[in-house]
Amino acid sequence: MVLLQPSVSVHGLDHWYGSGGNRRQVLQGVELTIAPGEVVLLTGPSGCGKTTLLTLIGALRQVQGGRVRVLGQELAGSSRAERQRLRRRIGMIFQGHNLLRCLSAEQNVQMGADLLPGTSYRARRAIARDWLRAVGLDDHLHKLPGDLSGGQKQRVAIARALAARPRLLLADEPTAALDSRSGREVVELLKSLARNEGCAVLMVTHDPRILDVADRLVRMEDGRLWADGSNDIPAA
Amino acid sequence: MIGFWQARRIPLAWLLLTRQPARLAVALAGIAFAGILMFMQLGFRDGLFDASVTIHKLFDADLVLLSPRTMSSIAMAGFPRRRLIQALADPDVIGTTPVNWNLLLWRNPQTRTTRSILALGYEPGDPLFTDAAIARKADRLTQQGRVLFDELSRPEFGPIATWFRQGRVVETEVGGKRVRVAGLVALGPSFGADGNMITSRETFLRINPNTPRGSIEVGLLRLRPGADPAQVAGRLRRMLPSDVSIYTKQGFIEFEKNYWRSSTAIGFIFTLGAGMGFVVGCVIVYQILYSDVSDHLPEYATLMAMGYPLIRLLGVVAREGLLLSLLGYIPAWLAGQGLYALIRSGTKLPVAMQTDRALLVLALILAMGLGSATLAMRKLADADPAEIF
Repeated sequence: MVLLQPSVSVHGLDHWYGSGGNRRQVLQGVELTIAPGEVVLLTGPSGCGKTTLLTLIGALRQVQGGRVRVLGQELAGSSRAERQRLRRRIGMIFQGHNLLRCLSAEQNVQMGADLLPGTSYRARRAIARDWLRAVGLDDHLHKLPGDLSGGQKQRVAIARALAARPRLLLADEPTAALDSRSGREVVELLKSLARNEGCAVLMVTHDPRILDVADRLVRMEDGRLWADGSNDIPAA
Repeated sequence: MIGFWQARRIPLAWLLLTRQPARLAVALAGIAFAGILMFMQLGFRDGLFDASVTIHKLFDADLVLLSPRTMSSIAMAGFPRRRLIQALADPDVIGTTPVNWNLLLWRNPQTRTTRSILALGYEPGDPLFTDAAIARKADRLTQQGRVLFDELSRPEFGPIATWFRQGRVVETEVGGKRVRVAGLVALGPSFGADGNMITSRETFLRINPNTPRGSIEVGLLRLRPGADPAQVAGRLRRMLPSDVSIYTKQGFIEFEKNYWRSSTAIGFIFTLGAGMGFVVGCVIVYQILYSDVSDHLPEYATLMAMGYPLIRLLGVVAREGLLLSLLGYIPAWLAGQGLYALIRSGTKLPVAMQTDRALLVLALILAMGLGSATLAMRKLADADPAEIF
């Protein structure tokens, strides 16, 4: 049963930075499971390892200790090519939106749609337009990122992540650069779009205004993960 | 075609270049500059080699006899004229022209200074050049002391053509003997001689009293139509004594070019110059591509994080190099044409945009663009998708 298989399952994950005497442990025995369609918010003070966890689940880093299984693929001991292929099925939304400056909004979103196999150029452009319409930017298809506001850029980034039809969405403080109203809009959008597509969402945030969209809150401190509301039971 | 249209993607390399017009302009200017440098150096080199055979190409001959001691057109040795009559014994040889060839001092009738000119002496009735206009003027040489002057000669020989056209009697000294210009011909200066004159064999021998009467420097042979010059040359080599060398007309041209190529530094100097242009171009393209990759490193990392394989991103850089090369070649080619026109009018060297040179420079520019792109690709290794969160 595919549906019962969790999108993300992390067991006993350890991670270190540096080597020799400078070796510093940033993650200690992290346990985390995310079901398909579940929205999980990750909070915690800066430098506690949230972003590291995100990059490990996003197949952007080599796993050092423990096991990480994402969308049915074991990441411990995975090759560079395996991780690159897996990333096609993971949507990522970055704090700094990271749009391609030389591409219009539509072309940026199409860079996401271009990863879909077996679709024609016309179909991929149609997908890009649909997603830009879904995030409310159908009037700004041909603008360059430099001509868009911060909120608009973030919404283009969301459309780009979703245009590749991901099964897992990772977002790092997607509302950090936004005012409270557009931040709220972006998160609502993310949640409803993710729900309709049936994909799991893991979002790192410091923003207390958006915590209520989560199905579940987890909190990280000093490289350890705690289910929110308790300080002694590791999250299951 | 349909498949390509369906599979096409956003032209990222093109957009990366064109959305930064200032950088693109600098890059294209740099590549065009390198291309122009290569066109100029290679043009000069080929032009000088071609210029060394301006006269050689004009001779009406299928085979050419030279003395084995002849090294080049500026160091001609004599051989017995009898060899031409012996060569006529071959059934395929239908005509011969004995030619005397020497560099003599021509006195500029205006400034009284002297300068070395190439003098050809022959029997005015014989065919010498393929150009019929020259043959028609040959009878003017039957009188002693008459010469035909090459109006394409460099201006240092004096305003001969202008004076002659004005109807003046143009007289001057060649090799210390008085001569009168009886007509103008169009031959063109060569690398070894800044100017040319043609005269009768009799006048030639009067100017050069030390040349034995039975000795010539060049023997032209004309063959029966349909005869194979290489075969006839082989038969003549067996028949004639070893005091003559036998060349086909093309072989005669190559013999001369080869002298300038191997015995002088011209080829080396200009090839080195073209190499410099290539290196300069490489540095410029590499700088442009390297800074382009550096500036867009977070964007490349983002694409890697999205799941684009590294090979696609390397392809983008390679395509940027290719586009820059092709776009930069166009202004280089156009400027090359202008430059050649300038060289032709300024130096009278026969430099033109030949297809093989145009293709060679295109190949060099492409190698420049793709080579630099390959080096700039190493910077892509710095794009770490884990760093962009």
